[in-house]
Amino acid sequence: MNEQHPLTQAVVDGRRKEVGALVAQCLEAGESAGSILENRLVPGMMIVGERFKQNEIFVPEMLVAARAMKEALKVLEPLLLVAGVKPEHTAVIGTVEGDLHDIGKNLVAMMWKGANIEVIDLGVNVPAAKFVESVKQHKPQLVGLSALLTTTMPAMRDTVKAIRDEGLSVKIMIGGAPITREFAREIGADGYSPDAGSAVDTAIELLQATA
Amino acid sequence: MHYKSLAIEDPSELIFGISPKPVLTRSGMVIGGGTVYPELNFTLPPMKIDAGTMPEVRHNYEQIIAGAMRRAAELDAPGVVIEFETLPPMTEHPAWGLEIAKILLEGMQQEACRSGLKSVLRMTPNDNREFERPPLMRRGRYWEAMLELFESSAAAGAELLSIESVGGKELHDEALVNGDLAGSLFSLCILGERDMRFLWTNLQAIADKHGVKCAGDTACGFGNTAMVLAEQKMIPRVFAAVVRAITAVRSLVAYECGAVGPGKDCGYENPILKAITGYPMAMEGKTSACAHLSPMGNLAAACCDTWSNESVQNIKLLGGMAPTCYMEQLVYDCRLMNIARSHGKESAQQLQRWLVESDAALDPQAFILTPESSVALARVIVNSDSHYHAGVAAARKAVELLREAHSQGKLHIEPKEVAWFDSMQDDLDELPESESEFIGRQLALADRSRFLPQEYELKG
Repeated sequence: MNEQHPLTQAVVDGRRKEVGALVAQCLEAGESAGSILENRLVPGMMIVGERFKQNEIFVPEMLVAARAMKEALKVLEPLLLVAGVKPEHTAVIGTVEGDLHDIGKNLVAMMWKGANIEVIDLGVNVPAAKFVESVKQHKPQLVGLSALLTTTMPAMRDTVKAIRDEGLSVKIMIGGAPITREFAREIGADGYSPDAGSAVDTAIELLQATA
Repeated sequence: MHYKSLAIEDPSELIFGISPKPVLTRSGMVIGGGTVYPELNFTLPPMKIDAGTMPEVRHNYEQIIAGAMRRAAELDAPGVVIEFETLPPMTEHPAWGLEIAKILLEGMQQEACRSGLKSVLRMTPNDNREFERPPLMRRGRYWEAMLELFESSAAAGAELLSIESVGGKELHDEALVNGDLAGSLFSLCILGERDMRFLWTNLQAIADKHGVKCAGDTACGFGNTAMVLAEQKMIPRVFAAVVRAITAVRSLVAYECGAVGPGKDCGYENPILKAITGYPMAMEGKTSACAHLSPMGNLAAACCDTWSNESVQNIKLLGGMAPTCYMEQLVYDCRLMNIARSHGKESAQQLQRWLVESDAALDPQAFILTPESSVALARVIVNSDSHYHAGVAAARKAVELLREAHSQGKLHIEPKEVAWFDSMQDDLDELPESESEFIGRQLALADRSRFLPQEYELKG
């Protein structure tokens, strides 16, 4: 295993209480807030995401790492604000109208945040119009739609259509137990992820395609 | 606790087809009286439900019930339970749900007239209260509409009332993904227990008014969510198994309020409840893979009184429409169990052992629901003095059973899961003895944007 920077390793291990001091050490050594985020914290979460994808760890362990990263961001955020550093990408995510399931959606949101994507989570039972409004307001590069019921799959189709009809330039990816790649193609979504673990890769592929 | 002793003490008596307190239906089925009955559940194919699509919705249910009942009759089923688990718009608009219930009752009646097939309708309105965030559990339009559907369908002839209630779920999902046993206990044994008592007291009043039966609830949104997350490798299987043990405490409350079974199919905790209450239970296993995967396809049948498919979409398969095909599978599964029973107690117990042994060593969730484990868990629950203490005792016993089975080589547990035994034990050891102290601690930690303490008789 490659030796990681102590801050990266602390994120990987979920040592929440230690990350604040390690961030301070990096700053004292002259590293910029943007560099700490990009080169120390995000790689930590990418390692954790990869371990999860390889079934080496479980979600609770991944969340411990996410909380460590959040703790580090508390120190960094004011500095990032002053330096004008913002996440390169923004995503809007939600469970479509009529559907209340949110575990999968929440996990995807958490993993996207770990990949340094700013995530606007609209929650569950979200009408198509609210997705459209949010895309207009936040101008994301990516929209994620989730559904768990066969009877709410049509709401996914309606949401994709509503976004397209408005001529909004944004990639849309979908997921959920009854969803298939074929359905994604059929309703005009740009991407499909069969599980939360692969949702980061799919998102990054779509975002790179927009760059 | 309401139940202070077990109805079934001997694990070999915790067996399919027989319950100490069987349920007699109007059509003459005796559930738990020596025969295992198929219980069919179904749902719509991908489609929208609104006033405009209701003709197509009606057509789907007419097709489902005609095809499935005809096949059950052709296969000489001894009787069938039809479960109508509504979809959210059908509870939100109770007139729609009632209309479908009547279509099903009519289809069942037509088959009874044609072939004499006995049947009973289980009505399961879905719990829409969580559409409000944070949920209003005791008031508001979702609560009112749900009760209206229970009442009107009971009046129309739905004889068994069930629900997959959601009280406490607004915090439980978070507890699951965090591997947080204290959070799970708070959701299930504090919030869940209070909501179940309120809900089932109301449902019992409806049942009494219309001369029907409260059948039972399920901790589906809790235990099955955990089980499926474990199947997807998101949370450890040992953690999901311990959560399952705790769910029994929540589901038990329906019976404390007057429910008599058959317990709802997706309550995998039902073996524990059957041991405590003596009421018949529905179970689902291998024949419900159409709805979700599980690690105990055979074992789940070991003590069932009705055998269910959980839910299948009304889509065309090579053999016919899916609900018809699944009715056939259920009938054959039940035939095997019933023929074993007809050969005497020893034969039935032999089949029970095979069903159990084929799954028990391979997964902690299965192991925790063997007849032996179920009786052990049931015993610590009835020996407790409160639902909180019962939940803690069930969790402790589950950890103990799993750890012991693993150390004796009776149960395979993946190496990366073994460390969870210690962390779960530590979490349990840190719990306060006093319930009020526990509630205070959890309230301080809980995300108040997700739930309203007053909906659970708790002071914010």
